[in-house]
Amino acid sequence: MEQSTRNARARAVDTHCPYCALQCGMTLTRDAAGTVAASPRGGGLCQKGWTAPELLGHPERITTPLVGGEPAGWDEALDLIADRIRSAQAQFGPGAVAVFGGGGLTNEKAYLLGKFARVALRTPNIDYNGRFCMSSAAAAGIRAFGVDRGMPFPAADLAGADTVLLAGANPAETMPPFMRHLAGRRLIVVDPRATATARQAELHLAAAPGTDLALANGLLHIAVERGLLDQAYIVGRTTGFAEVARTVAAYWPARVERITGVAAADLYRAVDMLATGPRAILTARGAEQHGKGVDTVNAWINLALALGLPGRPSSGFGTLTGQGNGQGGREHGQKADQLPGYRRIDDPAAREHVAGVWGVDPDSLPGAGPSAVELLGMLGDEVKVLLVFGSNPAVSAPRSLSVHKRLSVLDALVVCDFLPSETARLADVVLPVTQWAEEEGTMTDLEGKVIRRRALLAPPGQARSDLHVLSGLAGRLGVTEGFDPVPRKVFEELRRASRGGTADYHGVTYERLDAGEAVHWPCPDTEHAGTPRLFTDGRFATPDGRARFVPVEHRAPDEPRDGEYPLHLTTGRVLTQYQSGTQTRRTSLPGEPFVQIHPDTAARHGIAEGATVRVTSRRGDFTAPARLDDGMRTDTIFAPFHWPGANNAVNDALDPISRMPEFKVCAVRIHPQEETP
Amino acid sequence: MKVVIAGYGMAGARLARELGLRGAEVTVFGAEHEPAYNRVLLPGILAGTHAEADLSLPAPPAHVDLRLGEAVTSLDTHAREVNGVGYDAFVLATGAEAALPPVPGLDPLPRNVTVFRSMADCRAILAAAEGRRRALVLGGGLLGLEAARGLAGRGMDVTVVHAAGHLMERQLDTVAGDLLAGTLAALGVSVLTNVAVSGVEGDADGVRLGLGDGRVLEGDLLVVSCGVKPRTALAESAGITVGRGVVIDDQCRTGDPAVYAIGDCAEYLGQNFGLVAPAWEQADVVARVLTGTPASYQGVRPVTRLKAGGIDLAAMGSLDGEEVVSYVDAARGTYVRLVIEADRLAGAVLLGDNPTTGQVTQLFDHGDPVPRDRRTLLLGRAFGEPPRPATPAAQPDDAVVCRCNTVHKGALVRAYAKGSRTPNELSKATMAATGCGGCAGDVAAICGWLRETAPAGELTEVNA
Repeated sequence: MEQSTRNARARAVDTHCPYCALQCGMTLTRDAAGTVAASPRGGGLCQKGWTAPELLGHPERITTPLVGGEPAGWDEALDLIADRIRSAQAQFGPGAVAVFGGGGLTNEKAYLLGKFARVALRTPNIDYNGRFCMSSAAAAGIRAFGVDRGMPFPAADLAGADTVLLAGANPAETMPPFMRHLAGRRLIVVDPRATATARQAELHLAAAPGTDLALANGLLHIAVERGLLDQAYIVGRTTGFAEVARTVAAYWPARVERITGVAAADLYRAVDMLATGPRAILTARGAEQHGKGVDTVNAWINLALALGLPGRPSSGFGTLTGQGNGQGGREHGQKADQLPGYRRIDDPAAREHVAGVWGVDPDSLPGAGPSAVELLGMLGDEVKVLLVFGSNPAVSAPRSLSVHKRLSVLDALVVCDFLPSETARLADVVLPVTQWAEEEGTMTDLEGKVIRRRALLAPPGQARSDLHVLSGLAGRLGVTEGFDPVPRKVFEELRRASRGGTADYHGVTYERLDAGEAVHWPCPDTEHAGTPRLFTDGRFATPDGRARFVPVEHRAPDEPRDGEYPLHLTTGRVLTQYQSGTQTRRTSLPGEPFVQIHPDTAARHGIAEGATVRVTSRRGDFTAPARLDDGMRTDTIFAPFHWPGANNAVNDALDPISRMPEFKVCAVRIHPQEETP
Repeated sequence: MKVVIAGYGMAGARLARELGLRGAEVTVFGAEHEPAYNRVLLPGILAGTHAEADLSLPAPPAHVDLRLGEAVTSLDTHAREVNGVGYDAFVLATGAEAALPPVPGLDPLPRNVTVFRSMADCRAILAAAEGRRRALVLGGGLLGLEAARGLAGRGMDVTVVHAAGHLMERQLDTVAGDLLAGTLAALGVSVLTNVAVSGVEGDADGVRLGLGDGRVLEGDLLVVSCGVKPRTALAESAGITVGRGVVIDDQCRTGDPAVYAIGDCAEYLGQNFGLVAPAWEQADVVARVLTGTPASYQGVRPVTRLKAGGIDLAAMGSLDGEEVVSYVDAARGTYVRLVIEADRLAGAVLLGDNPTTGQVTQLFDHGDPVPRDRRTLLLGRAFGEPPRPATPAAQPDDAVVCRCNTVHKGALVRAYAKGSRTPNELSKATMAATGCGGCAGDVAAICGWLRETAPAGELTEVNA
């Protein structure tokens, strides 16, 4: 950085970190020697962001198309893919080709990918890894508020809150700069583990995995008992409270204590902390990645509504989106049941509008497709060809070993990536794509703010944007119009396609963003300032303008622990790694897989610190070194999911509404792994 | 499948809803006119922390035929008919009623004397308490103490009269019982133990309780809480086997294969707890069995829990065993007694402010091994407080100051020596405090410490 300021030939751009949904502002500079450095722009940056430039010139960078593992030209690779698509579709119909997207793709890529599937492939079979991430919170938000914007207010508003409850969220580890917004707030953290975030909390509620719903219902029960409800708000802005009141009447403290393991006295403490002042309740994957994830989030929303929080200053309910474009990526049509603008694909009006923008017959658009886990389950059967963009399901999907096998029996697996992920290694064709510092586009951060990603560098070798891949394939499949691979042009079309939708981007332009404006959706026209705060007028995005209370009941995890598999396994992230680790495992950041175990549990199994542990579930197993931690519950072990392994074991039981797999709790047994000499 | 349920209390209501949600055809007879309510919260009505509406339970789906104010008067198990309604399966959920001790003058209940079992009882108690000051409670078991606590919470002087040597003698040891009496005293409840009762009189002026030693206690009202007895008359009239309650198997089936029993009226393996947790589990088992999903009642070990303004008590399992670990802090009214058998929790009593109550209850419920260091269960979070952060001077060079960017103290010291002399410059040079910002204060402290302690010569040298 010092060198760059001294060197007249240096270049710099203002962009954002390539990793999580916080999308920290980042200045990228390049010195005379071509070395790229990152530095924070205004806010914070954690070590993932600081080290991101290491991947730009990484020796494993894919810079040329690979066919059967051998370098090939673009035309050769795209011709081959188009051939495979045509022959699979000719033999088995349009659905024989499927698309798997990612929550890290720019809005432009996510949009064009959804259009490509519906218009060029005409397949209903498209979903994305956000299904593993935000689908439960999204469904719950839509049920309660009629809209899903992760945080319906700017994160900076949290600075004005007295108390913040984090349910299954560990931002100190997963998005450290977010903690700046929580500095000085009284924190209540709900997590089975004593995480880095829980250790900063005034009150840590170490609920057993899979019991957050009962906990939330129990807190609402106490809030009723304590007379803390905002009756005017409930009467004036919501519907359905009476049934929720009857439901939570059955969650008296002693019962909730028994289900969750959280002392009744601590339940009362939590409610006392939430009694007055600006208060916010935030969930993340710990609450959401369950077979009852949607209901769990609704339980927390019920509490927030009963206390009268959503729409009030520095108050409300939000969910912490995970992936870089986890918000924008779930709005523009790479989701199985969705069209751009957060429209539903089964809504005739939505189909007509979007088909109009696309210049196609509404009846030609396929209907809703299967969710991610179900789609992966079709590979090799109904689905013969799979195109993967910005995702690594061989590591990130539940029951990952069987996903691995299914990926291997396809007629063609095509993977667009810039590094040889585990999925790319299985591919028949790998297409080299750009990474963040080499491309233009927009992302939408965790608070619904549309931001610009800007290029510092030209792509290396033959690498091209995913937009070029879609354009090249669409043309080969006979769709020559409407797939111009220019980000700004794609965004212009996205604006029109999203117009009038829930996530309305019509008023967002590159010009406004480049002029430094912060624009949150919905933004219906270019004169509109955007909507940083939703619900402030007391109205919600439901047909009658009222928020919905949803009565929800606790039920046990899909796979309770038992004599054979006596421990719960839960999974999550660590500070130095990101998602399936394709990127961060290749940086200088420290990190190796581990299994976190309470010392008593380890001792009973003859496991010492650092010893290799084999973790076995009914679906599969993995090994990793033991890390002993007395902040663990004795009935629960933890493994990060950044390495191949942990997801072999996790449960692929699905939430009936969001189709979210139950990543966060399954039954396992552990053994010391015999060392082979 | 046509199911008829007798009883619309917590067990009957739960079953009616679960069956209804599964699409079964259901008729429910409820003797009381009011819809089912949450009996567990009745003490809250006495205490004034809950309104009647707060106790309502979720209603069954609309297609469930709910007949309130209609007691079951005829049961024909041969014709499979209840009150003239035919059934494929009949479920007894008739509950239990307050038991009256054999004390002269108690049966029938005289004026200003009530039992404590139903919403109607609560209304009667509150009516009798209106504008009065002195309440007597006969029976120092869980319910009696909840009633006493509730009435004391309304500002009444309450005296609990108990026959045994200490309160809740079936759940508590002497130490806990006596400590609990002390806790109650501080809340306005006096406790008399080891007291026999010779007679009761009640009239418009109040109640008089004659004691075995000849003393007479006077009060404005008396609440009798001396246990419950399962309502089994209907089962008996049909010739169904009854012990203390209606005897059931692990499918909750009685001696008649088409008749089931759940909740307070049922007896499983000789046990009848009168608690909600087993009643609901039984309701769920019957709902599954009757809709074709295999299920069996596993039995729930009872946990007695008293959590009401100023009292926090949990008791479960045996009072004695091979290993007993206990901790008592009489001044704070805090007590923990753990009974351990073969590394598992066989019983526990927790009284007062014990953050481990949830953990202990789950260990007991799941039969998991207890911690090797038992003290973690005795003292909870009071034990193992995180150590205070070391002063900059005392921290080793490899201490992590900034977690977000893994910056060690040594890196800050070196950056200072190389010329970064303010916290901002240190952050720029090392990335410390650029993540969550939580360590900004620590970076400033280290900077200040370096400024005070670093030898001036060294600084000049670097600057030069």
